[in-house]
Amino acid sequence: MASLRDIKNKITGVKKTKQITKAMNMVASAKLRGAQNRIERFRPYADKFYDILVDLASRVEPGVHPLLAKREVVQSIGIVLVTSDKGLCGSFNANLCNAALRLAQHKEAEGKTVKFICIGKKGRDFIRKTPYEIVAQFPEHMNSFDFQLASEAGNLVIEGYLSGLFDEVHIVYGKFVSLVKQEPASAQILPAQTEGVEVSGPQSEYIFEPSVEGLLAELLPRYVKVQVYRGLLDTSASEHAARMTAMDNATKNCDEMVGTLTLAFNKARQASITTQLMDIVGGAEALKG
Amino acid sequence: MAKTIALEIVTPDRKVLAEEVEYVGAPGINGEFGVLPNHIPFLSALGIGSLYYKKDGKKRYVFVAGGFAEVSPTKVTVLAEVAERAEEIDLERARRAQERAEQRMRQQQEKIDHARAQAALARALHRMKTRQQAASEGGH
Repeated sequence: MASLRDIKNKITGVKKTKQITKAMNMVASAKLRGAQNRIERFRPYADKFYDILVDLASRVEPGVHPLLAKREVVQSIGIVLVTSDKGLCGSFNANLCNAALRLAQHKEAEGKTVKFICIGKKGRDFIRKTPYEIVAQFPEHMNSFDFQLASEAGNLVIEGYLSGLFDEVHIVYGKFVSLVKQEPASAQILPAQTEGVEVSGPQSEYIFEPSVEGLLAELLPRYVKVQVYRGLLDTSASEHAARMTAMDNATKNCDEMVGTLTLAFNKARQASITTQLMDIVGGAEALKG
Repeated sequence: MAKTIALEIVTPDRKVLAEEVEYVGAPGINGEFGVLPNHIPFLSALGIGSLYYKKDGKKRYVFVAGGFAEVSPTKVTVLAEVAERAEEIDLERARRAQERAEQRMRQQQEKIDHARAQAALARALHRMKTRQQAASEGGH
């Protein structure tokens, strides 16, 4: 049986762990607030952007721009996988990786080849262990990123698409649904999908400068970046939310463990007191004898 | 007839500006254009440069890069990848960026790097220009 001192040490250890998990929980919640704010600030830009893009795209044939046109033979698929750099956030990264893997396997079953672009360390480490090729990676960026990162990754995607490295590009990211719900989501980035997106507000007749085609040529590359950036923001918020939940659970588990250990400690203490009493009583009896 | 037009400038990171103004001059990709209230609907890509607007008779400048503008009779919406008000521009940083870009261009490594350096240089120069314009107006 564990000695009194062993149990006491263990209780101290668990309490220390609890302090850490509690602190991490608070850090995650602060970061989550920041990430949510960024999503909020990004929304007006993204919404307006989609409106204009969809409006423009509806005025032309898809053939006018390579980023808009569907390829007849789709052979090579690119997947942009956005994960976090750090662990300790429950099954968040595992879920994302599995979702990406399923998508890759699904595409492979159709006879296509799949290549990855990994943003975030966890996803990269995971894909490395699979037979899929990683064309580009951006580890250690998720902690502080700005539009520049989306821009760089977006440029890679566009270059790869135009050079024929990819015929289709998807993004897999952690969709932030709510504080307690984050789920892996995937979306097609290229060729750009503009059908089926609702346009808010009435369409008006514009004068376009340069031409509709010229504007699309300006907008479509940016559309890719906006998509990537949205993925980054969502994943970042989801990561922090997932970590908050994970750390909250860990803190609760610590409490529970301290409870169990304290009980064991008290029992052991009582047992030792009882033994001592028995000894004294036994000794006194013997003396009387 | 309305005497002012709403001007809104947003970037992916924040809303830079939302004001009622009297006039907007923007660096369109085919040259500068001006917008007065009740302009007809108009959509234009923007180049790198300074956008200015007039409010209470005063001219104010905003540096924009990589964006486009949507104009309706009552509102101008500018979506830009980068937008900074003249008073927010960090001159020192722009100067350093200029030096860096020039140095990179001298080294002439790869083609892409060159194009990127050129873009960086253009941004740096226009930032400084925007700031100077604002300063010469005596506004800030």
